[in-house]
Amino acid sequence: MSEMYVSGQSGIGRLIQALAESGHAVIGPVIRNQALVYDEIDGVEDLPKGWTDLQEPGRYRLEHRGDEKLFGYVVGPASWKQYLSPPEAVVWAGTIGTEGFKSDPVPEPPKYAFFGVRPCELAALRILDNVYTSSNGLPTVAGYTATREKAFIVAVNCSDPGGNCFCVSMDTGPTAKAGYDISITEVVHNGNMRYLLTSGSETGAEVLASIEGLNHASSEEVEAGETVLARAADMMGKRLDTEDLPNLLKGNALNPRWESIADKCLACANCTMVCPTCFCNTVDDNLSLDGEHATRTRKWDSCFTLGFSYMHGQPMRESVGARYRQWMTHKLATWVDQFGEMGCVGCGRCITWCPVGIDITQEVEAIRRGDLRDTHIGVGGYV
Amino acid sequence: MALPKLAVYKFASCDGCQLSILDVEDLLLDIASVVHIANFPEASREVIEGPYDLTLVEGSITTAHDAERIHEIRRESKFLVTIGACATAGGIQALKNWKDTDLFARTVYAHPEYLDTLETSTPVKNHVEVNFELRGCPVDKMALVEVVAAFVQGRRPNIPEYSVCVECKRKGTPCVMVSHGTPCLGPVTQAGCGALCPSYNRGCYGCFGPMESPNTDMLAAAWQGLGVSHRGLVDAFRSFNAYAEPFRITSDHHEALAVAKGE
Amino acid sequence: METLTDPAVIDQMTPIPFRVRSVREELSHTFTLELEPPDGAFEFLPGQFTMVYAFGIGEVPISISSSASQTGTILQTIRRTGAVTHALGRLKSGDYVGIRGPYGTPWPMDDIEGRDLLIIGGGIGLAPLRPAVYHALENRDDYERVVILYGTRTPDDILFEKEQRSWGDRTDLSTLMTVDAADRGWNGAVGVVTRLIGRVGFDPANTTAMVCGPEIMMTVTAERLIEGHSMAPENIYVTMERNMKCAIGVCGHCQFGSKFICTDGAVFPFPEVAGLFDIKGV
Repeated sequence: MSEMYVSGQSGIGRLIQALAESGHAVIGPVIRNQALVYDEIDGVEDLPKGWTDLQEPGRYRLEHRGDEKLFGYVVGPASWKQYLSPPEAVVWAGTIGTEGFKSDPVPEPPKYAFFGVRPCELAALRILDNVYTSSNGLPTVAGYTATREKAFIVAVNCSDPGGNCFCVSMDTGPTAKAGYDISITEVVHNGNMRYLLTSGSETGAEVLASIEGLNHASSEEVEAGETVLARAADMMGKRLDTEDLPNLLKGNALNPRWESIADKCLACANCTMVCPTCFCNTVDDNLSLDGEHATRTRKWDSCFTLGFSYMHGQPMRESVGARYRQWMTHKLATWVDQFGEMGCVGCGRCITWCPVGIDITQEVEAIRRGDLRDTHIGVGGYV
Repeated sequence: MALPKLAVYKFASCDGCQLSILDVEDLLLDIASVVHIANFPEASREVIEGPYDLTLVEGSITTAHDAERIHEIRRESKFLVTIGACATAGGIQALKNWKDTDLFARTVYAHPEYLDTLETSTPVKNHVEVNFELRGCPVDKMALVEVVAAFVQGRRPNIPEYSVCVECKRKGTPCVMVSHGTPCLGPVTQAGCGALCPSYNRGCYGCFGPMESPNTDMLAAAWQGLGVSHRGLVDAFRSFNAYAEPFRITSDHHEALAVAKGE
Repeated sequence: METLTDPAVIDQMTPIPFRVRSVREELSHTFTLELEPPDGAFEFLPGQFTMVYAFGIGEVPISISSSASQTGTILQTIRRTGAVTHALGRLKSGDYVGIRGPYGTPWPMDDIEGRDLLIIGGGIGLAPLRPAVYHALENRDDYERVVILYGTRTPDDILFEKEQRSWGDRTDLSTLMTVDAADRGWNGAVGVVTRLIGRVGFDPANTTAMVCGPEIMMTVTAERLIEGHSMAPENIYVTMERNMKCAIGVCGHCQFGSKFICTDGAVFPFPEVAGLFDIKGV
């Protein structure tokens, strides 16, 4: 195990400063429009000190904690995918001439430090990396790969899980295991805010070693951190029974439950937009009025929109039930066939940010209770 | 090669959507280089006779004369696009569809006998075949450029039919319903405005009309959970796109409930 | 003109300009583009497709309809259905299209040497099968019987008609053709393509079928081969089609159950997708 350091809030400020000084745009949690989102931060004073988030299905409120914690909340509607696979990004542009067409130069990818990445979000990054893995050496989407490779990751372990969190069920938290450069655990020790810092990479170790005023953590402080995280694991707001889940969902494609979810589902696509792993995109084509310059813009799309499944002018998934089934079955079942793990990290965003509070954990339970197991979605199987 | 001929017609409306065309400023010159603006009284006195390749129609049908005129326009138009809430849904003036037009006429005008108006304000598609609808009150001016450009280029216009929520989330705006309990029509409203109101912490007013598969019943139930009355729901669904079917059915439903409950 | 930017930033979403050498009208709504790759050669396998980009208009997946042994130019046979295919249909010799690919799984030509080949096409579905036919003819000794069955709507909709007739003149393969609705002096078979299956000899135990056409045609054909001729389902290959934006498994559009049609298909052994056909909206 790598060296563990300890600091006060000033040490966290020096870490942010060090990352900025080494050329990173440091992105971290900030309050905007009454919610926590991610945006550029200049220092520790930009963090939502003393705030927490109350989360229920379809409901989110920020409240004062009554303490000085920097990280006493979980995740808001934003996720890191907005930086790696932006909501709208030019995927290709070029000019046509008599000898073919010429690609526009591609801008230099930004160099980010993601500050405050939660363990479930580290899992989401790993899942996205799997999606964007290239099979032939060329990056699938250059923007993703180039931005991801440059990104410095500061993880924050979760001491105060939210009402819709179920990372323990998905085995993604509340403690970061891998995929970070530096991880932070916030503990209240003898009435003071203490920050346990450890590195997860050589770069992370170098950065930590360069920051002045960090002390080596005492065994008592290390133990305090472990206690906080062990307690957090017992504070999950939700749980999801993943036992045989892929087969359960794939076998219940004709379960009438899908149509009853459709009565409630708005097909508004919020769940997919806030999901840190939902990667579906579309490409819009544009052409300048003179016909010489074309732009292909990649935009976040969703399996909840009708246009998503259009073929020959007809949507293949016309009913909302079929669209909800596609989303949930993909996330929890067919994703395993495609990428070797589920696409859900247990962050609870889809539950919180559904305007009508549809709860994926409850929907799984409903299917489980009314298990019909009479159909075969996913890997074909001749029937 | 001759440029495609463009015509712009106005029916019952505030002119705001036509003005959006003029509002594109510099781009107007670019547009004029790819289409021949043949009949657009708001922009040019020159009127060249049809037939037209592309016709933009603003406004709703509120008079017997207009109900005839739209058929003439259809006959001389190869591709007819309705623009704005009036043309696509009947507009704010469709509120009269629930009321007594004669009563309004008598109340407002000293000599109502000079008026010749239909009992209803209806969208153009109720009268003639429409090739494409561009929603909004008013339409987004860049969307208008997109529709014209796509027509000229033989391209499908990039005009979304999904919910405002998609635009909100792409923009990074947290949901106003979820994060502060502000009633919002975004989940049942078609995108296209750039999710303007929620970015100012306001709920969506539904300017772009119903999205592709609007679950208005469930959204109404969620609004009731936020403390909105049946009467409040009637008011919300009866605005610029009141006569669009999903909104109309929902407002009628809650009006009946409001009456039954004496709200 | 320089066609590529700095290689470091090239990704799989970058369209490569191919020059249109010729355009051939096949049917009233169907045409074939002959395309020249910028570096002189384009390697692919029978059954693979490319993403064809009409500059500024959009991109569509189109299978390659020429022989994989001819890499100097490729043929792509396209039906005018939407804005992009109409734009491609307006191209002239000397124009450019963008190409990405080749993508997708091929017909299993190498794995089925020594077997009878039963090639069944419906409508424009013959286009992705044609490279398989060429491969079989160019390597005729590698296969036993080669049977081509083709069905389409009317005599006016017969794709590659002249070429199909020339195949019919050969002694080393059998071809049969049918139309749903006959007109003018049609004196061939009338009815669905499955009705041709029993009319020409093949050894079901030693046959691989390659089927391409509308989904309903493929499922009915597969069922007929399995139930009527005792063919093993794993010896039947079909091709799938869905909305596709990337062709590299990162846009999510073409999912069909667990499968990405773009990377797991478009050619599938029938058992991999069979169970999904009956589930509406998969």
